[in-house]
Amino acid sequence: MSSDYEYSDDEYLYDDDDEDMLSPQDGSAASSDDDMAMDTFGDDFKVPPREKRKSYEVDHDSLSHDAVKKLMAADVDHIAGIFGVDANTAELLLHHLAWNKERLIEKYMDNASAVSVAAGISLPSRASPSSSAAPIRYQGSSTRSSAATRRPARQQTPGARSLPPSSPSSNDAVLTPALAKQERFVCPICFDDSQTRFLSLSCEHQFCAECWNAYVTGKIREEGEHAIRCMAEGCALVAPRTFVLRDALPAPSEDKGTRERYEELQLRHFVASTASLKYCPYPSCTYTVSCPAASTKSSLISMVPTVTCGANATPAHKFCFGCAIESDHRPVICPVARMWLQKCEDDSETANWIKSNTKECSKCQSTIEKNGGCNHMTCKKCKHEFCWVCMGPWSEHGSAWYSCNRYDEKAGVDARDAQSKSRASLERYLHYYNRWANHEQSAKLSVELYSKTEKKMEEMQLTSELTWIEVQFMRKAVDEVEKCRMTLKWTYAMAYYLDKGNEKELFEDNQRDLERAVEDLSELLESPIDPEAISMLRQKVTDRTVYVSKRNEIMLEDTATGFQEGRWKWNVPVEGFD
Amino acid sequence: MASISARRLKKELTEINHEGTPTGIKLLSADDFETWFFSIEVLGNTLYQGEVFKLMFRFDGHYPISSPAVQFVVDQTHQAPIHPHVYSNGHICASILGNDWSPVLSVASVCITLQSMLASCKSKERPPDNDRYVAHAPDNPKKTRFHYDVDRV
Ligand SMILES: [Zn+2]
Ligand SMILES: [Zn+2]
Ligand SMILES: [Zn+2]
Ligand SMILES: [Zn+2]
Ligand SMILES: [Zn+2]
Ligand SMILES: [Zn+2]
Repeated sequence: MSSDYEYSDDEYLYDDDDEDMLSPQDGSAASSDDDMAMDTFGDDFKVPPREKRKSYEVDHDSLSHDAVKKLMAADVDHIAGIFGVDANTAELLLHHLAWNKERLIEKYMDNASAVSVAAGISLPSRASPSSSAAPIRYQGSSTRSSAATRRPARQQTPGARSLPPSSPSSNDAVLTPALAKQERFVCPICFDDSQTRFLSLSCEHQFCAECWNAYVTGKIREEGEHAIRCMAEGCALVAPRTFVLRDALPAPSEDKGTRERYEELQLRHFVASTASLKYCPYPSCTYTVSCPAASTKSSLISMVPTVTCGANATPAHKFCFGCAIESDHRPVICPVARMWLQKCEDDSETANWIKSNTKECSKCQSTIEKNGGCNHMTCKKCKHEFCWVCMGPWSEHGSAWYSCNRYDEKAGVDARDAQSKSRASLERYLHYYNRWANHEQSAKLSVELYSKTEKKMEEMQLTSELTWIEVQFMRKAVDEVEKCRMTLKWTYAMAYYLDKGNEKELFEDNQRDLERAVEDLSELLESPIDPEAISMLRQKVTDRTVYVSKRNEIMLEDTATGFQEGRWKWNVPVEGFD
Repeated sequence: MASISARRLKKELTEINHEGTPTGIKLLSADDFETWFFSIEVLGNTLYQGEVFKLMFRFDGHYPISSPAVQFVVDQTHQAPIHPHVYSNGHICASILGNDWSPVLSVASVCITLQSMLASCKSKERPPDNDRYVAHAPDNPKKTRFHYDVDRV
């Protein structure tokens, strides 16, 4: 998509930005988060105002329903202007070539009449151009055969005769009210001789207005069709917008629904055909997101296009522009995330036991249920402290944090020397899967953490001088933990496919730092509150939240930059690299 | 809508009664404007010489704006013709009964099209997906979204 015409797209986008009440914070979720943090927490969180896009963010715009309509109309105007045709014709041409202006222009310049025929605008012409533009069409007899036979076509400017864009008076050419008295025309579909209003497209296949109405309404409502062909057998002409809306459908006062559905179907086709546009997938949301940077398959190997629509919703409508896997799977790119999920699905049987919510204490074997986000477990019975992820004693984590996040392949292979290779590869997978699933589960459990936190916040207000606003640091901390667990989750999918080497080690260093910071904060949030030490707790939580946020930033920034630099090497072929 | 459908079918019935049906096609019954039956055979030197089939037309209130449901009858005395576009339950994969239906087509023109579909058949075979389709087919063939072959009929 790089043509001389492309600039107009951008131009319209910016225009819409100005006109369509898109306030600045609609641009992206990250910016509004930061604003919130500034407002709510005052000096606790010193987040510098955002100046420019971060490397893990992607430029995108949120468009209202009307803004998309304008984009579509702009394309139509653009083509109408270049080709010197009316808007109806331009729209049919664009529809035919799936709104690919560049290809349309190329094909139209090459052979305008062939494109017009293929687009259902005009019949293949055999006769020489006719100069007599009779205002009233020839009326066929009422026999079955005549209706099905094509009239000799005349040379015509596409669609122009039957459908001038903005002059209702010339509509007389299509409508033939109170037919010439000498010949009585009967509609070949309904044979209702009381019908007096007849319509045809430029093919002159006449049918009564009531049949057209029933046909067009059925196509739109029953079949969800918006490119509606002429009713005559084998006739390939497509009814242009004006014909549908002004001539075939009843007045807006009688049937508003069908008109709206028709417009909606056209808009959907436009959005579906335009690679840089996507509907917001949240139920009944009417926004569309424009993200030209992520409109090609090859762009998805160097970025994760996480976008947010302009709906004023809590939480914001965040989704991935490149896939439907998960709303935000940063830092890992779409094709690798997809590969990972597929693998998890294929191996789910083997991995099932890990997902289970319960484990046995490694010391006394009593069953322990995980009911919070923290990985620091304490057995109720024997007070043994251990790590939920690796089951190792917690003491080793607390002091030295031995590399729980890293599957040291060499050491592993050495240790499992006796075991088969397939067993080793399964264990390698389980190592990553285990951590991936654990973060997912912990993030889910954050609902519980939320209500616990809320209780604590209430407690704090009662036992200290802190106001409601001032205890919000707990909520902010919980939010941050959840967000970072999602990052961590996907880092394990990424690490599984990263090729061995320095780059992967640096990646895993960042991962380990983030994980440690998250577990520290998570643990702090679950510890009991000492009313005497609330201000200290507040300071601690606030500091750790800032630190976690910083580690997350570093993780995302570095991974995204690595994609841009092509620094990450995969141990399997990844879709899009070819 | 029901009135369009009734008027149109009345008109078609009158025409059939006056002008007769095309050769090889006979009206068996048309007791109402919902279900009609025809017998159909392919004359001349074809693979279906001597075979007589029974066709059922079902009309809803939207006929002829929407197509009739047409299928071969399969019962004790009738079989569906063995043809690459005809399933053993009598359902027919023909584009004029779906995508390419035009409201100007009629019961008679559908009969003629099906007759010539049989006449041009070169080898008596069921559709390759016959068993799979028949096992899950809806009662009304209009509910099936057929994938039409390149050689449209
Ligand atoms: Zn009519
Ligand atoms: Zn036509
Ligand atoms: Zn939305
Ligand atoms: Zn994605
Ligand atoms: Zn224990
Ligand atoms: Zn551990």
